[in-house]
Amino acid sequence: MSADLAARGRNVTADFLADRAKFVRLETLRLTRICGAGHYSSTFSAAELFAALYYAHLRLNPAEPKWPDRDRFILSKGHAAIGLYPILADLGYFDPKLLDSYTRLGSPFGDHPDMKKIPGIDFSSGSLGHGLSIGLGMALAARVQKRPYRVYCMLGDGELAEGQIWEAAMAAGHFRLQGLVGIVDRNQLCIDGPTEEIMRVEPLADRFRSFGWDVQRIDGHDFTAILGALDGLKQAGDGRPQMIIADTIKGRGVARMELSLDWHVGNLVGQDYDDAFAEIEAGLKPSKVKEPVHG
Amino acid sequence: MADSRATPQAQEQDAIFRGTGGGELSLKDKASVQGTPARLLPAFALGEELADLADRDPRIVVLTADLASANRTRDFKLRHPDRFFDFGIAEKNMITAAAGMASAGHVPYAATFAAFSAILGAEQIRTDCAYPRMPVRVIGHHSGMSMGFYGTSHHALEDLGMLRTIAELTIVCAADANHLRAILRASVDHPGAMYIRLGRGRDPEVYPEVPRDFRIGQATTLRDGKDLTIITNGTMVRATLDAAVALAGEGTSVRVIDMHTLKPLDAAAIRRAASETGAILTVEEHNITGGLGSAVAEVLVSGDRVPFQRHGVPDEFVPVGPPAALYAHYRLDAAGIAAVARELAAGAKSGRERKRVS
Repeated sequence: MSADLAARGRNVTADFLADRAKFVRLETLRLTRICGAGHYSSTFSAAELFAALYYAHLRLNPAEPKWPDRDRFILSKGHAAIGLYPILADLGYFDPKLLDSYTRLGSPFGDHPDMKKIPGIDFSSGSLGHGLSIGLGMALAARVQKRPYRVYCMLGDGELAEGQIWEAAMAAGHFRLQGLVGIVDRNQLCIDGPTEEIMRVEPLADRFRSFGWDVQRIDGHDFTAILGALDGLKQAGDGRPQMIIADTIKGRGVARMELSLDWHVGNLVGQDYDDAFAEIEAGLKPSKVKEPVHG
Repeated sequence: MADSRATPQAQEQDAIFRGTGGGELSLKDKASVQGTPARLLPAFALGEELADLADRDPRIVVLTADLASANRTRDFKLRHPDRFFDFGIAEKNMITAAAGMASAGHVPYAATFAAFSAILGAEQIRTDCAYPRMPVRVIGHHSGMSMGFYGTSHHALEDLGMLRTIAELTIVCAADANHLRAILRASVDHPGAMYIRLGRGRDPEVYPEVPRDFRIGQATTLRDGKDLTIITNGTMVRATLDAAVALAGEGTSVRVIDMHTLKPLDAAAIRRAASETGAILTVEEHNITGGLGSAVAEVLVSGDRVPFQRHGVPDEFVPVGPPAALYAHYRLDAAGIAAVARELAAGAKSGRERKRVS
């Protein structure tokens, strides 16, 4: 096992992580061009979170994808899988060339991730609202089997309208599953508009706290904040499950997509593709969109 | 238990809901109440059998949704408290969490009323259990209309039709407690997800002991006959056998097949029955659309034509009533099944005679 991936809190630089987040965005552009429709903006909001989790934090062993003591990662917002596949390839779970088949007939790689077909995917997802229950089950299994792994579940903010999320949140608090870590990609938009107009999710931290969770709220594009939150996760204590609410910007990294409703699913062609590619290559600049107002 | 002022029917319903009526009997020692031809098994074998299996298999965990008494999973909880999880009234979460546990190496049994495990949880069964091939065993008890006057919200007359369209899902129906034990034993190492449909846990006896020859996917012929085959399963097997006995007294010889596994279906047994007995009747405690009768029809449609009839609950919501009254109303008790079979057998016989004449 590569020792560096089997430990949490690995020593990587912010520059390295920024480069890997850039890689996620560029691969998302490339793969979307294969099928002509991709979830750009939901993936871009999670790019820094993906990079920090996979390159600095999760305990993994790509040579043994089903290592029983590995940390689990569930992408409950499965439509961002296009950003996760390149990371798994980069870490050695499978040959990166396989990604060229993305969405083509018989490919392992569809819009939503499939655990039966892709090494490194811990559970299939796509139907929003299920992921936290899956994570709950995995965390209960860790308790029964006395295994040290943690379960990380990335949730979209729009999917928080699904009732099953709150069934799982209630149960995780009840069972005191400290090993269950939720991460909300709080990118402010669902498909039809801002979450706070379509179906209000705030005050989100208070809501999870009232369900028995420990909550941190951070800037989800700032590696110092992300790593601080991940490093700050508790190993022992009162047993509360742990939620990280990551404030992000849907579409982050391509100015025209930032907090735009037009890019939940889209396809960049011609000069637009080249422009977006160049913009991502140049690296993240301070966003021009207004800071979200929560509460 | 219901108080002394309650009507007998109300007491009955109370016992049905609470899973009481059998008291604290150990089913292993006192498997039945003697004295009647169709001996009543007092309560579920579910918790006890799973606890026995779990003694030998650390993968087994049991989940329920606030019905540990009604389904007797409390018998499991008493013996394996660390492997028992009550999810409260949150069935979708229970089924999906079971899938999460299965992905980490467990074989979870998730039990609640069929109305909620199968119908409410259908999407979780498809997306989280069947599609990823998780060995989750979703148990739907108090299926059909066995909840009687609790009404449609608590009935499951659609579960088989809905779940039968899910690829790779195994569906098995238990006829009684001994049968359930055999199903549970066979389920432990069965690949992929399963739906196990039970009656209300006080089902009259069909199998006097745990059937040793039980195989998932292999129909059981309980009685041979030459004039007609009745294909049934689950809660209708006892009444069908009783109907066959009555018909035998009238000179009509009926084969009875327990098609316990609805999926994958034992098509060979159906084709054999059609060619050897010349007529098929299906009997099911389910909406006539999409269940056992439909599954059998899908097999028969590609073979030689034989007289065939589906008998079940018509495509309607059933009225309020105690279970026994509902079975009588829909001719799903022994007398009703015998009457339906008599008509079909007579028609089949005259058809055969016409054939001989012409």
